[in-house]
Amino acid sequence: MNEVLRIEDAGKSFGSAPALRGLSFELREGELLALLGPNGAGKTTLIRALAGRVRLDGGRLALHGRELAPGAARRGLGICPQELALYPLLTARENLELFGTLQGVPRERLRERVAYALEWTGLADRSREPVRAFSSGMKRRLNIACGVLHEPEVVLLDEPTVGVDPQSREKIYDMLTGLRERGASLLLTTHYLEEAEARAERIVVIDHGVAVAQGTLSELVEHAGLAGRRLRLTLDRALATPPAGFASENGGGAIVATIADVGAELPALLDRVRAAGARVRDLEVRSASLQTVFLELTGKELRE
Amino acid sequence: MIPPLTRVSWTNLRRDRAAQVMVFVLPIAFFSIFALIFGGTNGGSTRRLELLVADESQTDASAALVRALSADSSLHVRTTWPGAERGASPRGLTAAVAESLVRAGEAPVAFVLPGGIDTSLARFDGRGVRVRMLVDPSDPVAPRMAAGLLQRATLEATRSAADEFRGHASTAGPSTDDLMPARIEEHEVVGRKRDNGMVSFYAAGIAVMFLMFSAAAAGGVLIEETESGTLERVLSSGVGMTRLLGSKWLYIASLGVVQITVMFVWGMMVFRLPLLPHLPGFALMTVLTAACTASFGLVLATAARTRQQLQGLANIVVLSLSAVGGSMFPRMFMPAYLQKISYVGFNAWALEGYIKVFWREATLVALWPQVVALLAFSAAFFALARRFAKRWEAA
Repeated sequence: MNEVLRIEDAGKSFGSAPALRGLSFELREGELLALLGPNGAGKTTLIRALAGRVRLDGGRLALHGRELAPGAARRGLGICPQELALYPLLTARENLELFGTLQGVPRERLRERVAYALEWTGLADRSREPVRAFSSGMKRRLNIACGVLHEPEVVLLDEPTVGVDPQSREKIYDMLTGLRERGASLLLTTHYLEEAEARAERIVVIDHGVAVAQGTLSELVEHAGLAGRRLRLTLDRALATPPAGFASENGGGAIVATIADVGAELPALLDRVRAAGARVRDLEVRSASLQTVFLELTGKELRE
Repeated sequence: MIPPLTRVSWTNLRRDRAAQVMVFVLPIAFFSIFALIFGGTNGGSTRRLELLVADESQTDASAALVRALSADSSLHVRTTWPGAERGASPRGLTAAVAESLVRAGEAPVAFVLPGGIDTSLARFDGRGVRVRMLVDPSDPVAPRMAAGLLQRATLEATRSAADEFRGHASTAGPSTDDLMPARIEEHEVVGRKRDNGMVSFYAAGIAVMFLMFSAAAAGGVLIEETESGTLERVLSSGVGMTRLLGSKWLYIASLGVVQITVMFVWGMMVFRLPLLPHLPGFALMTVLTAACTASFGLVLATAARTRQQLQGLANIVVLSLSAVGGSMFPRMFMPAYLQKISYVGFNAWALEGYIKVFWREATLVALWPQVVALLAFSAAFFALARRFAKRWEAA
């Protein structure tokens, strides 16, 4: 896939506090890339730099190979901020018309784009109501729509599903799928790791202003040293000493092991359990989750 | 870019009832209270009275009267003027010059001592030439004060007349006016057409004060937009800070024009304020005042970090400027030094402009000092607001 957006060695400090320290990665055409990181990792600074609201101290940002200068209009980028950046006393339609105008949508196209956006967000029947009367999910959808009226090639989505119910979340991801079908590439930040795991093709994990890992989930698992499957057995009685190759959990009532080849290794492990005088009540085999990988890469220390 | 952003601000106002009450109802209520209380009263002052004296008699008696007036510590008497030409030596005041100076607001009262006045002072028989008193009725106190002090000065100047006065006072013949040592003929030289004089003062004063509050509140939308993220989004779309401030300025200025107009129309309908005969001057002053106040509001809004800060800042600055600038108390009643100090505030220039229009029947050309001052204030305020707004630009 072709590269559409490149972040190269991006550096930014606020006073003596570094926010970005040589961050590099690229967004490929048509993909959904999840940008993950603990609080303060530099995600928002990067999004603001891409939006032209932060001047980098070093490095470069390029869209289709063309450098993005701070303060200049970014017609190829759509920005959907984490805040509900809407005028609450304006209606959904008026908000869309305003932001469409500001983004340079030609007057003759604006009506059509607004009509499309209202259908796309499922707000067509509420288009003449002030936004302040909307639910969080409706505002979130409108917030996204206001950022993409000019049909950008790249859409930056900062926590697009924060604070909404599962139904609205599904609707928002349906909308994002629609954007991709129309050819947009999406860069998404989120704290919902299961969403990133389920929806993103690739993931970039950043911490302390640098990318600590990037790739598909399996590549990240590999990178984190968590390759293999995790086997967990629940036993009918607690074992004082776990069989060879296992570790105890729940005071010996459950035992866990990491295995590379389930078919080849599992029968032998079950034999060892039987030999230890216990019977298996339940069995679970799974890969390392993104959460496990994330914590492995960024640590468990709170970032507040 | 500017029209859609300006339209948003208007739409916001249309849907915010509390803001509408603040902008339109509260100032009218406030203005009505002031107009009702002060509209027909004379007020009071202990200031030193500026008095012009044109001695056309040029006799020993008239000179003695001028000396007696000059000796009065309550008066600041001027008998000469610098002349129209630059660098010319001062000349003695004539009746015509004195009238023009009163009309221009240089002094609230002038005495003209006509030829033959020397023979009519302290006659106590109701005959002879009268002192002409030229009056600017915008100051209701000054003529009464000047008239009283003239009587005292006349007695001082013609000391031997005191005994004669006592003799006449015991008889019941002449009227009270005839018993005065100097007889006065009063002429109002400005504001003759007014229906209700003080109302135009308070209309302008209250309008300008509330305009400043409204401008500060409207400018505060910038703070709300910062907090909600809409400012970030608007700036991300490539709209520069100057254009953004321009859109806010246009909204506040246009709101100001509407607000002042509503106030004066109310004054015209309810308090017989003579708006229609002064429409061109009113329009000029209103546009300039609204423009300047809009820039002023942007300064407050960009200087403050939070709504609360803005509220506090606006209260202090607006009330102070209003007190000194003449919104709460006419500047003409203030001490001379305070009147001069008040020019540091743009509102004093604005009020002076309105007074010129409604009281002095000034032509548009005569408003040039106010026009220049308000334009300069407006540009300076906008530049300052632009500088403060740098904190919202790309870091």
